[in-house]
Amino acid sequence: MIEEDFVYLAEVLRRRSGVVLTEKKSHLVESRLVPVMRRFGFREVGSLLKELRHGHEALVQAVIEAMTTNDSAFFRDRKTFDEFRDIVLPALLVARAESKHLNIWCAACAAGQEPYTVAMIVDDFNLLAGGWTINLIATDINTQMINRGQEGLYSQFEVQRGLPIRRLVGNFTQEGTNWRISDNLRRMVTFRAFNLLDSFGWLPDLDVVFCRNVLMYFEQKTRASVLDRIGEVLAPDGALLVGPAEQLSGLATNYVAADNAPGLYYKFRPAPRLRLATG
Amino acid sequence: MKTCLVVDDSRVIRKVACRILKDLSFETEEAENGAAALMACRRRMPDAILLDWQMPQMTGIEFLRALRSETSGNHPVVVFCTTENDVAHITEALNAGADEYIMKPFDRGIIAAKFAEVGLV
Repeated sequence: MIEEDFVYLAEVLRRRSGVVLTEKKSHLVESRLVPVMRRFGFREVGSLLKELRHGHEALVQAVIEAMTTNDSAFFRDRKTFDEFRDIVLPALLVARAESKHLNIWCAACAAGQEPYTVAMIVDDFNLLAGGWTINLIATDINTQMINRGQEGLYSQFEVQRGLPIRRLVGNFTQEGTNWRISDNLRRMVTFRAFNLLDSFGWLPDLDVVFCRNVLMYFEQKTRASVLDRIGEVLAPDGALLVGPAEQLSGLATNYVAADNAPGLYYKFRPAPRLRLATG
Repeated sequence: MKTCLVVDDSRVIRKVACRILKDLSFETEEAENGAAALMACRRRMPDAILLDWQMPQMTGIEFLRALRSETSGNHPVVVFCTTENDVAHITEALNAGADEYIMKPFDRGIIAAKFAEVGLV
């Protein structure tokens, strides 16, 4: 790929998805574009990039989806889910005892492994039987991943990465060599294609946000913007869970890190500012 | 260093599994069927056993039942690793005292994830 094409592709990706494509990843670009070339009938990357410049929307979306990372696993970074189960959820069950309603958002859900992991943990608490409503929203920029999440069908390889065997037998049914998530867990999750650069206005007030392993692909300004906007939709006592190795320090001032719980942050409410009358 | 007994009638599978387990810092020993595995356990009980199902002389499930009748508690940790990939076999293994279950084919990531699941890595 010629440098001019790489620069253009990187700019499209940054502008449309927030993802920063560094020179270090240039070797990955062409291999990731091969399926897109095949699908749209291009024989060379140069031809694809030429068409991309004409703003062919389906092609732009396909390129963005090909260039974004979708790797995930059930119970990935188990510590995060331990924190959700042991710290976040018990506190919210007390705080929301009257409304019995929880809004949980998985902001970059890939093929659904994360929201279904959350659903399994929520299910352990037997909340639905206790009259609770759990609104679990799962979004991803990649529509193919969203479709996979809705389908809830996973390969034998996928269900063996992080999912304990008892959970597999208890929460999935076998279909040939694949495994399908149970209906009660699938009903708990609402999937929707969503770009984190777009307005969060459609989201309800959220009690928990999982935003893991996605901010790292954004430039500093975009990370800060996403975190600020999450803060706007997060309840005052809501929790934000990022990857255990992801640090928010220096990025967002409206969160405080929980003690001894890597990746768990709470919303920090600054004292109200005095508004000066103008004009 | 933790020890793992790899029980499989395929020499190739034993070799591949042992290489992965050594990478995960296990000291490994091999047995080609359930009967040989039982003798190996009586000589020296390992921390973990990676266990195939279909083997001549004594199958994996027969071995597991014999092992659990000879030892108390859940020691050693037993992880099935087999092509018997249906719910009925998995349930039978768990009821017999298996701790985890790997459906072949496997790779390093799957073994590492499953061994982490049972607190071995």
